[in-house]
Amino acid sequence: MKLKKNSIQAHLPKGEIERSQHPTLVASPGGRERGGLQIANRTFNSRLFLGTGKFSTVSLMKDAIAASGSELVTVALKRVDHQDTDDALLSALSQNTLQLLPNTSGVRTTREAVFAAELAREALQTHWVKLEIHPDPKYLMPDPIETLLATEALAKKGFVVMPYIHADPVLCKRLEDAGAAVVMPLGSPIGSNKGLRTYDFLQIIIEQSNIPVVVDAGIGAPSHAAQAMELGADAVLVNTAIAVSGNPVAMAQAFRMAVEAGHTAFEAQLANSQSKAQPSSPLTTFLDA
Amino acid sequence: MPSFRTLFDRYNWQCVYDDIYAKTETDVAAALQRPVRTLDDFKALISPAAKPFLEAMATQAQRDTLQRFGNNIQMYAPLYLSNECQNICTYCGFSLDNKLRRKTLNPLEIAQEAEALKTLGFRHVLLVTGEANATVGIPYFQKVLKQLRPHFDQVSMEVQPLDEEQYRQLLPLGVHAVLVYQETYHKDTYRNHHPKGKKSNFYYRLETPDRLGRAGVHKMGLGALIGLEDWRVDSFFVALHLRYLEQTYWKTQYSISFPRLRPFSGGLTPKVEMTDRELVQLITAYRLFNREVELSLSTRETPHFRDHAFKLGITSMSAGSKTNPGGYAVEPQSLEQFEISDERTPAQVAQMIKHNGYETVWKDWDTILEHA
Repeated sequence: MKLKKNSIQAHLPKGEIERSQHPTLVASPGGRERGGLQIANRTFNSRLFLGTGKFSTVSLMKDAIAASGSELVTVALKRVDHQDTDDALLSALSQNTLQLLPNTSGVRTTREAVFAAELAREALQTHWVKLEIHPDPKYLMPDPIETLLATEALAKKGFVVMPYIHADPVLCKRLEDAGAAVVMPLGSPIGSNKGLRTYDFLQIIIEQSNIPVVVDAGIGAPSHAAQAMELGADAVLVNTAIAVSGNPVAMAQAFRMAVEAGHTAFEAQLANSQSKAQPSSPLTTFLDA
Repeated sequence: MPSFRTLFDRYNWQCVYDDIYAKTETDVAAALQRPVRTLDDFKALISPAAKPFLEAMATQAQRDTLQRFGNNIQMYAPLYLSNECQNICTYCGFSLDNKLRRKTLNPLEIAQEAEALKTLGFRHVLLVTGEANATVGIPYFQKVLKQLRPHFDQVSMEVQPLDEEQYRQLLPLGVHAVLVYQETYHKDTYRNHHPKGKKSNFYYRLETPDRLGRAGVHKMGLGALIGLEDWRVDSFFVALHLRYLEQTYWKTQYSISFPRLRPFSGGLTPKVEMTDRELVQLITAYRLFNREVELSLSTRETPHFRDHAFKLGITSMSAGSKTNPGGYAVEPQSLEQFEISDERTPAQVAQMIKHNGYETVWKDWDTILEHA
């Protein structure tokens, strides 16, 4: 099914004024948001997205996904056998509740990305695509130029485009204009587990974005995920930190709790750490005179 | 036009040798501490001084590999197309002066071999030949690639070095990786082991990765044949080559192999022996030097070694390999290029890998990604 462009719903702005005007985002008494995360025509109750690579077995991956509560998982097109209905990975992921997000990992140009996305749509029966264009196979750094061009092309073709990019605020706005469903800026190099090294830029992106911001890549610990959510990210995508941990199922659960905690904290509005009562105001007391 | 030759010629074999053998335990400890390692650190890690640090190196190498590649081992098999060769290589079963029946597979035989490999579960295949440009040249490769490409998800080549223009002709037919090992970076030793044929041109071979890089290959494989010269010095040059190539052709992915000389019918005894302990040192040193490079472990190594060492930095393994053209189905009894050490079936090797908590990856590429 082809998706009409206007059904890709723009996410709500994040400024506090706009937020309070929107009924689905009013915080409940417990501080929990009633509305889930809306991307295109789907609402996600979980704000934790999972990558499916790097697990030691398919069944472990399946258990970890279940423990994470995630409703969206990425799958590398190059890893699955899309001509084989018995593909082990695809069979394990074929639950109605899971949104499959095929990624284009391996492509180097817009042309290849569009071709891969079209094949994924046919093979995996989804018009959602995670756009990964990294001509650099060493650090897998996303190509901003090709990504912008491919986003434009795929959005026109009705895809729900989720581009993986650097934490570049201007690029994020350009992608929004080009029809991206979300932006997925990186926290640090993919697989590095280094956390939010791009913190200051993520802050600007989140502040400016009218579409959901999913922090992707580099999240190495539940505390990093919580930090991203506290900052106001709409979701995070995690793979290595769970798949390569000592106990992927327990770690998936830890991430689930961290994402919920971080998001709840964001909704509840963190107390300003600077706003301590001052015993006196030496610089402004002269005004009282 | 950039060339590795320019950089290579600034190095002196003996100086590198002296440098490596002068490394102390302090140098090794310092190298282990650094988050990003230099070529000088690599020298320390492959030096004799690193011997007491092997367990620490293995621990770190395993951690780095898991983080980057996950619990995955890619599976591939070589498909020998031809043993015709115009070169004399003193260590190789296909050498021109070695008496064996020469054979180049025809399309029918290739189909049989491919079918046998598919039945074994392989989706990634490495095409191997000697060097016989008249019969096994570009037209032959073009035909073979067109025939095989639809049957496998990834097709790579380990054939004679070619010109840039020839690579440009072959790559669009779906060649994923090209492997060209320098054998040895020692010029005199190289000459002694390759007295005749096109291969005797040291620099033509040395500059092959440059030609591949310019032609835009997805992945290229480097390596030195261990046994011809001091493995530490040769491996240093592999690392130097890798670093140069990564900086010059940044869109290409790299893999390294470390084949130890194996006996073959009528062959030579290695000048230099490398122990299992030293091979582990080298594998882990490569990993500590470069977290992203793929490291491949072939059936040249014994089951005992492979079962343990694959967890210390390796990313891909072959299994059930036949090193004679037609070895899988057409004529299994013909003479091999070299004797393999791990004779287990692919299924047995896969079982071993899974038993160790790793997933075997048979497919990690797709023809659709080559739609240029």
